[in-house]
Amino acid sequence: MASNSELIDVLVTLGDDHLILGHRLSQWCGHAPMLEEDLSMPNMALDLIGQARNLYSYAADLEGRGRTEDDFAYLRSDREYRNCLMVERPNGDFAHTMLRQLYFAAFMKPFWERVAAGSDDRLASYAAKAVKEVSYHVRHAGEWVVRLGDGTEHSAARMREAVDALHPYTDELFTVTQPMRKAIEKGIIPDPKDIKDDWMVTINLVFNQAFLAVPEVAFPQQGGREGLHTESLGHLLSELQYMQRAYPGLSW
Amino acid sequence: MVTALDINTSRERARAWAAASVVPDPEVPCVNVEELGILRSVDVVDGVAIAKVTPTYSGCPAVLAIELAIEAALLDAGFEARIERVFSPAWTTDWITPRGREKLKAYGIAPPVDGTSSRMELFGETRVSCPRCDSQQTEKLSEFGSTACKAQFRCLDCGEPFDYFKCL
Repeated sequence: MASNSELIDVLVTLGDDHLILGHRLSQWCGHAPMLEEDLSMPNMALDLIGQARNLYSYAADLEGRGRTEDDFAYLRSDREYRNCLMVERPNGDFAHTMLRQLYFAAFMKPFWERVAAGSDDRLASYAAKAVKEVSYHVRHAGEWVVRLGDGTEHSAARMREAVDALHPYTDELFTVTQPMRKAIEKGIIPDPKDIKDDWMVTINLVFNQAFLAVPEVAFPQQGGREGLHTESLGHLLSELQYMQRAYPGLSW
Repeated sequence: MVTALDINTSRERARAWAAASVVPDPEVPCVNVEELGILRSVDVVDGVAIAKVTPTYSGCPAVLAIELAIEAALLDAGFEARIERVFSPAWTTDWITPRGREKLKAYGIAPPVDGTSSRMELFGETRVSCPRCDSQQTEKLSEFGSTACKAQFRCLDCGEPFDYFKCL
């Protein structure tokens, strides 16, 4: 299955972004600032984890070695994860979480739209579904960024802190790995540089209403795509994988 | 030319559809899988009923329960059953039948508003009628509700909070 190895790698990379961000959002369950948000974040988490399951299952089928989605999620170490660093960042305050969601969703929406029209039928069918879900995420996160940025002096200051903390991580969304390059050439996924304009339009639209400025980034943060993560991912995985690590092969 | 075999097959298919289509949605039990538009087709090939089911959301936790219930219903009707999960074309609330919409409303859930799926862009607003008093004076409380497919609204006239089945 050598010809599929690039696609498997791309699917797992995408799956990792979605699983890790989904897990981060799920950590808000029971801790949100209000009941409505206590529902919204697990709801978005469910979308992301559902998308991750589709991606991992497809990778497992292509690989044909008997692994399942669970093997990808529960039995790989941090160095084997390929998610971008932004999604593993600790949740921080609500401003951080909503801004991170906006950054990610504003990227994934045009990404999935193009994958849905791309050359791989199975991935396209997952993408068509994901487009609808991520549209809600853009809208929900965008509305919160405006509400906080254009809110009180205090909320605006917290929002600006979030922008300063997270913007350096956005560059990594647009990096292209070797396997991605192959998938781009085959028309399966878009070249991220072709969706940068769409991403900027969304970010500018929200930032203008939120009275936020897009900062200059001197040192973009990256490494996740090569498996070089921040210490946060290890802590996250120790929680996410606890059951399978403590009781290998456990099922119910 | 219609052969006896064709008639037999279409009769079997109708019987399998009748058995599968009445399975209720576990989270919104007032509507069944046909009315919700998630049962896409039922075919009978060599005595095996093949039901194609599509999820409403990628992460819908009810998908497996729905598939098992449909399988059980087909087995009960005397078929060997196979369930296939299909993603394309992606489910849309446009597939909720008129009867399904009526049932949702009677149940207290505002059915999706026609043609609003295009309004998911940033800051788009949706006008939703109260399922109790039909007032158009409603406000959104939360984009997300008790399940992934619903949002929370409140009627400004009768004061009733209600779920709105989001357009997708």
